[in-house]
Amino acid sequence: MTNPLQRIGKVALEASRGLGHNATFFVDVLRNLPAALRRPYLVIAQVHAIGNLSLLIIMASGLAVGFVLALQSYYALVTYGASESLGLLVNLSLVRELGPVVTALLFAGRAGTSLTAEIGLMKAGEQLAAMEMMAIDPKSRVLAPRFIGGILAMPVLAVLFSAVGIMGAYVVAVKLIGVDAGNFWSIMQNGVDVWRDVGNGILKSIVFGVICTFVAVYQGYEAQATPEGVAHATTRTVVISSLSVLAMDFVLTALMFTHH
Amino acid sequence: MGKKGIESLVGFFVLLGIAGLLFLALKAANLGSFTASSDTYSLTAKFDNIGGLKVRAPVRSAGVTVGRVASITLDPKTFQGVVRLDMQRSVQFPSDSSARILTSGLLGDQYVGLEAGAEEKALVAGDVIKQTQSAVVLESLISQFLFNKAADAGSAVPTPAPASGGKK
Repeated sequence: MTNPLQRIGKVALEASRGLGHNATFFVDVLRNLPAALRRPYLVIAQVHAIGNLSLLIIMASGLAVGFVLALQSYYALVTYGASESLGLLVNLSLVRELGPVVTALLFAGRAGTSLTAEIGLMKAGEQLAAMEMMAIDPKSRVLAPRFIGGILAMPVLAVLFSAVGIMGAYVVAVKLIGVDAGNFWSIMQNGVDVWRDVGNGILKSIVFGVICTFVAVYQGYEAQATPEGVAHATTRTVVISSLSVLAMDFVLTALMFTHH
Repeated sequence: MGKKGIESLVGFFVLLGIAGLLFLALKAANLGSFTASSDTYSLTAKFDNIGGLKVRAPVRSAGVTVGRVASITLDPKTFQGVVRLDMQRSVQFPSDSSARILTSGLLGDQYVGLEAGAEEKALVAGDVIKQTQSAVVLESLISQFLFNKAADAGSAVPTPAPASGGKK
């Protein structure tokens, strides 16, 4: 294996094999979605585990981000005499970019790792193999409900992040700094378009939900059935989800927000 | 926690999401001011140049928003811009009102300004606003300014002295 050309070839082949395996796994999970929808309680339980239990960190982070955005934007805008546009700046930053992206990163860290660890430990404890012995496809009973749960929970969390952020920015801007409340809301309302800004943000969060949940579920299912394997898979989930979300964010922003 | 407990929590979660979405759409974006199609009537105005006017720009009279731009198309026969306006039903304008395309502030967004005329008859749905004034195009202004400047300079300079070769 000292031949560098051989090594490059090996890495490239491994990468494309991994990509292909990801793709076939994705199609497999999609194929099992109808079966999962026929057991709505499984999906609901997953929305609770993924969404409800992430509410605290998402809303707390949203509030903090809103506070900080308001402060920083104020000091940036006041040099140009544009401090009345504070609300607009904070709203657009949150709804277009920070809401979907930061929520996705937090989601990958909190819900993604819990999904991967749960599925990895099921594999390590041979529960998945036991299900296969009973002719139950683990993809339909275990993976698909979690996949749907993640896709349903993500947009809700992103919207809540943005909404709480805006409210936090209002508190800092109007109550603490002293920006005019009427101007804060009216300049914001004039400048933010529901379909182009809020709608595109929600679309982004749905795409990020698919990415994060799929990566979490895949890494859990393909984890090595040992404690180290599960730990390794958990870190891989966070790293791969985060990088994919950031790359996808650039692509989606270029598609959605460049003026035609 | 039992089955019922989890289901109600998830229901609360979804309700929270809908509340957040409504907050974003109504309070933080422009959905709230969007007039429903039932209480508007549409007028048309033709402009030689609409400048940077966009769909959903406001229509203002005396500075008060009384409608929105619904659509902007090109008339293939007269090559004028045809702007359809959705006006609030509560406001009627005389039939000789004029429409101009103005800019809010120095470099802001453009909007349609309506100035009421003096006629008794009012514009009804589907009417065309006859008197219009196009948007100001910056390049035409500058070239006009330069042309005027050059004309002034040409008339101010006295006729030059005859060439010294003419002297004997």
